[in-house]
Amino acid sequence: MTRASYARTRTVGLALVVLGMLVMAVGHGWGLFVAPREAMMGDVGRILYVHVPTAWGALVFYLVGFVAAIGTLWTGRRIFDASTTAWVEVGTLMTMLLLIQGSIWARPTWGTWWTWDPRLTTSAVLAMSFGVVLLLRRLIDQAGRRSMATAVATIVATVNVPIVYKSVEWWNSLHQPMSSRESIDSPMWMPLMITSLGVTLLGIGLATLRTLIELSRLLAEEAAPELPELPDRLSLTRPEESP
Amino acid sequence: MTPSTQRRIFLAVSLLVAGSALTVIAGGGIGENLVYFWTPAELHQNSDKAVGATIRLGGVVQANSVDWKMEEQHLSFTVGEAAVDEATPVRVTARGAPPQMFREGIGVVVEGTMLDEGVFQADKVMVKHSNEYRAPTEGTDPQTLYATVEEL
Repeated sequence: MTRASYARTRTVGLALVVLGMLVMAVGHGWGLFVAPREAMMGDVGRILYVHVPTAWGALVFYLVGFVAAIGTLWTGRRIFDASTTAWVEVGTLMTMLLLIQGSIWARPTWGTWWTWDPRLTTSAVLAMSFGVVLLLRRLIDQAGRRSMATAVATIVATVNVPIVYKSVEWWNSLHQPMSSRESIDSPMWMPLMITSLGVTLLGIGLATLRTLIELSRLLAEEAAPELPELPDRLSLTRPEESP
Repeated sequence: MTPSTQRRIFLAVSLLVAGSALTVIAGGGIGENLVYFWTPAELHQNSDKAVGATIRLGGVVQANSVDWKMEEQHLSFTVGEAAVDEATPVRVTARGAPPQMFREGIGVVVEGTMLDEGVFQADKVMVKHSNEYRAPTEGTDPQTLYATVEEL
């Protein structure tokens, strides 16, 4: 990657973050002030426009991380290693937000902050397993091993993504089943699509910037001079000065 | 073994692990052991296990079955398999006010235990929301729906 293409990619990343936030602002303005109240939940139902796009983002960003992890193991290229971490981090950010928002939504509608419903349980496991992936990455110093461990752990943790998605179908749950175009009235569908697009753009922007940071870090690490070998036995006294 | 062969072996193994884990779970391998709630019919089938154990029951609040005594903070209602359930309805009692969306015909999940006399004593009443998001029909205001629930 040349200096020029690095700068260009950085500009694109920043632009996507700003664009994503603008699109989200439009979508949320629409959802809060233009869209009608939900017939059963009233104004509380408007959290739909925050929660569903976050869930979409969380699952899709992890899937991109999964593809990048396959790229790491297939090619061994740094760019895949850097983007695996980037996407897993952005996905984990989304999953954390998802759990918090869901809890805030659950209190007034279901009547509880948390319950061990299959959808909630699998989502909590999802956040924790990718948390472990990120922790594991920080624990390994040797670059080759670190990229392999990150990729393998990411692939295994991604198993949870389809499980979270299908959990409301496979098991009895308190969480509602998946909504579709038919189950959401038209005036509510538009803001939902706009906020989902906004989250997607924001996620792509954040992951792009994070990939560049990680790439720089990896390059700096490789360029750094090796530390001198330590002697087998460390002497606690200073070597005698020669006269 | 070259590093690239090693990486690809790792790739194959991790995809295999992930794929088989998903197949087992999707194929119902742990499905039977992961039960969030019983339906009224399942509760009747497992009546021997239900008494005294902490369990969850999920179903629909039957029409004209809700009895809310404000002074005693005592709530009781009947939960059925569907909106109308003649075969396996279960009477539920609970203390305290229900969540705001609680009403007849809505899905609920209650947490508690089955008493000997065939009544479910709930420690927690949770209300299910459907996957439908609808604009209010003309002339109805959601806030008045809340108000009617509070006066139950």
